[in-house]
Amino acid sequence: MMGIPAGLDWDWSTAADVLPTLLTQFLKVTLLVTALGTVIAAILGLVIAMAMRLAPRPIAAAVKWIANIIRMTPIIIQLLFAYYAFLSLDAITVGVIVFGIHYSTYMSEVYRAGIDAVPRGQWEATTALSMSMRRTWMAVIIPQALRATIPALGNYAISMFKDTPFLLVIGVVELVNAGLIYGGNTYRYIEPLTLVGIIFLLASYPTSLLIGRLEKRLAYNT
Amino acid sequence: MIEFRDVEKAFGDNVVLHDLNFSVQQGDRVTLIGPSGSGKTTILRLVMTLEEATDGYIFVGGEPLTHEERGGKRVERSKKDQKRIRQRIGMVFQQFNLFPNMTVLENIIEAPVHVLGQSKAEAGEKARLLLDKVGLSDKADAHPTSLSGGQQQRVAIARALAMDPEILLLDEVTSALDPEIVGDVLAILRNIADTTDITMLIVTHEMQFARDVSNRVLMFDGGKIVEEAAPDVMFSSPKHQRTKDFLHAVLGDADGTIGTH
Repeated sequence: MMGIPAGLDWDWSTAADVLPTLLTQFLKVTLLVTALGTVIAAILGLVIAMAMRLAPRPIAAAVKWIANIIRMTPIIIQLLFAYYAFLSLDAITVGVIVFGIHYSTYMSEVYRAGIDAVPRGQWEATTALSMSMRRTWMAVIIPQALRATIPALGNYAISMFKDTPFLLVIGVVELVNAGLIYGGNTYRYIEPLTLVGIIFLLASYPTSLLIGRLEKRLAYNT
Repeated sequence: MIEFRDVEKAFGDNVVLHDLNFSVQQGDRVTLIGPSGSGKTTILRLVMTLEEATDGYIFVGGEPLTHEERGGKRVERSKKDQKRIRQRIGMVFQQFNLFPNMTVLENIIEAPVHVLGQSKAEAGEKARLLLDKVGLSDKADAHPTSLSGGQQQRVAIARALAMDPEILLLDEVTSALDPEIVGDVLAILRNIADTTDITMLIVTHEMQFARDVSNRVLMFDGGKIVEEAAPDVMFSSPKHQRTKDFLHAVLGDADGTIGTH
């Protein structure tokens, strides 16, 4: 019977029909953007944190100012701006770059706190051993700062993951958009959108557990 | 080996060291004593370049350490020169300051490999000898956090010695340790003093250790040297009233002297 598709009448065949499309878009777009965006954010965040500490004062001030602006404007605006400002780039590339840069400004703060938390005695020991600046950062400060920051960095990665639906404003067919398109074509929204939610949950929850375990393993009690 | 010439150190308005002049010969073991806040630790930190003097000159091995006089002006030396001189100096800290992200062995070979350019095998072999010397040959692969305070301090001593310093600075190295293990650490330092000719500058509250190891004791008060003597003389017949008061306070003896052991 073809009644008006409304309310919570769940149809398993519709669910089965939409699931492969959703999983494909999840892997091809949502996961890809999150993974690449996280890598950019993690590296750029560290560069920003170190620049604010090591660069000459005017440069450090400029970096801080730019990072503040990025942190204080909505990611949707940044996506739209970057998309129309760089029309030669495809939408996914714009997404990866914007997510990477946006989250790098948050991650830089986490790194900064991590670097500040390294006790002064550690710096003094590197001086007493005549260690180079480079070696001091690479072998002593960053490894210790990272240990303290990995949980927070993981949480930002999950947060970025949950922000990926914003990509639909620049026309990227990620998980949510794929569900909406399916609904638009079939007038069945409940199944695709429920599945979208479940997929997000199934991906986020184990990741947060993983971060928790990583945090325990990284504690200095080996 | 070390010379302070009219050195002044101030933190803001607070002058910690005032027109300080003294010198330490090669192979000397000099203990700095005095009440806290008298500037003893600051002297070690100045030699290690952890602090910079606000005026005057410090010489290490005849060379100016951070600043030199050029055309009547006090000029900072190049970072490269400072680093070269710094390599002749090692320091052991009150709080050990081992790198917790490295194993014991990695802590010891870090600077020999990356600063002196030794091979890992060479540095590792030497590190094991040093660990043996401080009685921790079975702890090479342990992490510092799994060690007791006394063990960590022994690793820190081995780490400083791995750089073959000509000068060793010991900054209250037993102050953070439980009383029953202080003796172990001091025995190791005594052994180093007996078997090497490393110049030592020691800040300690262990008067017995000062007496055993050092050949000179400098009594500080208010950023100045108030008395200087050989340990036997200093501890048995101090001349200055400040020294008498200080020794009386730390030793608790009526006459402010320590008996022979």
